[in-house]
Amino acid sequence: MTAVVEIEHLSKAYQRGGQVVPVLQDITLTLQTGDFVALMGPSGSGKSTLLNLIAGIDAPDSGLLRVAGVDITGLRESELAQWRAEHVGFIFQFYNLMPVLTAYENVELPLTLTHLSRRQRCEHARLALDLVNLSDRADHYPSQLSGGQQQRVAIARALVTDPTIIVADEPTGDLDRVSAREILDLLESLNDSLRRTIIMVTHDQAAAECAHIVRHLEKGVLTDKIEYPRERAQA
Amino acid sequence: MGIPYSYIVRNLWVRKITTLLTAGGMALVVFVFAAVLMLSEGLKKTLVATGSPENVVIIRRSAETEVQSSVYRDQASLVASIPEIANGPGGARMVSREVLVLMVLPKRGTGSPSNVTIRGLSEMGPALRPQVRLVEGRMFRPGTSEIIAGTKIAEGFQGAGLGETIKLGIQEWKVVGLFDAGKTGFASEIWGDADQMMQAFRRDSYSSVIFRLSDPGSFARVKERLEDDRRLTVEAEREPQFYARQSELMANFLNVLGTILSTIFSIGAIIGAMITMYAAVANRTAEIGTLRALGFRRHDILTAFLAESLLLSLLGGALGLVMASFMQAFTVSTMNWQTFAELAFSFTMNAGVVVQGLLFALIMGLAGGFLPAVRAARLDIVDALRAS
Ligand SMILES: Nc1ncnc2c1ncn2[C@@H]1O[C@H](COP(=O)(O)OP(=O)(O)OP(=O)(O)O)[C@@H](O)[C@H]1O
Ligand SMILES: [Mg+2]
Repeated sequence: MTAVVEIEHLSKAYQRGGQVVPVLQDITLTLQTGDFVALMGPSGSGKSTLLNLIAGIDAPDSGLLRVAGVDITGLRESELAQWRAEHVGFIFQFYNLMPVLTAYENVELPLTLTHLSRRQRCEHARLALDLVNLSDRADHYPSQLSGGQQQRVAIARALVTDPTIIVADEPTGDLDRVSAREILDLLESLNDSLRRTIIMVTHDQAAAECAHIVRHLEKGVLTDKIEYPRERAQA
Repeated sequence: MGIPYSYIVRNLWVRKITTLLTAGGMALVVFVFAAVLMLSEGLKKTLVATGSPENVVIIRRSAETEVQSSVYRDQASLVASIPEIANGPGGARMVSREVLVLMVLPKRGTGSPSNVTIRGLSEMGPALRPQVRLVEGRMFRPGTSEIIAGTKIAEGFQGAGLGETIKLGIQEWKVVGLFDAGKTGFASEIWGDADQMMQAFRRDSYSSVIFRLSDPGSFARVKERLEDDRRLTVEAEREPQFYARQSELMANFLNVLGTILSTIFSIGAIIGAMITMYAAVANRTAEIGTLRALGFRRHDILTAFLAESLLLSLLGGALGLVMASFMQAFTVSTMNWQTFAELAFSFTMNAGVVVQGLLFALIMGLAGGFLPAVRAARLDIVDALRAS
């Protein structure tokens, strides 16, 4: 097992009307390759902020932040963009697909940042769409898909580059029970059979139960840690 | 590789109405810009087409035009005697001593006065201008008070029609033929016998001597010899250059006018493009955040939005040029400022006009799209993602 996320004494505060509001305080956290972690906590506790820091789209005020073996606090803007393209897959609450691109094109989009040839990009994108069971919807635009289907396209987009970590901010927050279950099953199987490292922010107890580590945030401080045994048989 | 081209194109396509309205604004500006260029292009083409490269025009030194020039009879004879002049059919030397007079004549219908160029020619004069064709009647006879008129002049001026008589100077003239000079400056002239014209207008000198070289390559030598001759105070120029020079002032004026006018109009179109692009950035803030999160750089976002704006302006430019191309059907009649004669010419579109029109459009697109694109590129990722 190797550490994929190493966080030590990480702090972050926002300025609000001349007042400094601490959002994350002295966070120390290590995640291993293959972990499926759920981040829980009340609204405003800093879950999204922590996730954004790990994903390299926000910067901490102080502390150590190593993800995928790289100290990302020391990277320049364009290096960080390159790093994200290589190492991070994003899943958002509202799917965030490009409305003018088809499902297939949305999945292919992050591959345009790699050195893959057109043929290889096509292969990878088809494979990813296949994995989320949407091959037959490849040419549909997001507006022609249900919320659950859109989120599956987003998952295909997140895993198509074979990233080191997948970050998901309330991936089921906008879905009905049935669709949410589908998404969670998909994430579970990605973690289980493809050994993807997943960090997921959620309010949903059912969602948290898919993860095998649950961390709680309370006013910017990590509190308890619950580990669920992996009941799934390991091959 | 940056943001895919299809993303840029389709974003223009999905908001068709806005795209069309914005491009339409730019199209109008490009239309004005191109129309003025086409006007000056048409003017140049008309005047340049007036000349033949093997013909040489002799006028008094420092006289800009034939109207201002006078060449005395003995000087004209000296010029006409040089050996380089070609022999025409029947062995006659191809040289014409000509006199040019501007006259104010009343137009048909309105009777409003307008300038017409009256040209007196030697017998060989018409043969030096093969681009001028007699279409009705016959050629004037030398030594008589017969004239022929360009078809446009015959239609436009009182007494200039076939079979009619008209008073020019102190003489009555009979129109015995009509000629078509295509799109050349001759189309707006009246022609008659040079010596008769000189009598009618009480002139004792010619305006110019025109001759054809037997070897067009000998022009430099002929020019040097004639201009160095102390007995002559003339300058020699090839006919096309001679007429091109006459169009320069007016063409330059039109170009300056067109550029100023379009620049003023373009401010509106640029603001339109800016509003459209700012709206596009505002509507797609979350998309921009997502693209950045996926690993596209600020630079890619900037390029994509600039490309979108440039594409929009290119569409406007193409639209404007298509509109302007219809102007080619129109012929404009205006005063040639250097000769003060009425001159007819058409809007002329060519590759130069197309390139300049599209460039003008692209500059508008760049000016309108730059600030919105910078705003898009500067968005903070987390803030942008919150916009959803
Ligand atoms: N750009 C910002 N400027 C000021 N304050 C901010 C900014 N972003 C976040 N905050 C504050 O930081 C705190 C943590 O925000 P964060 O989005 O991480 O919470 P969260 O745990 O994800 O909440 P939720 O469950 O509602 O999504 C909140 O109090 C929020 O108001
Ligand atoms: Mg949140």
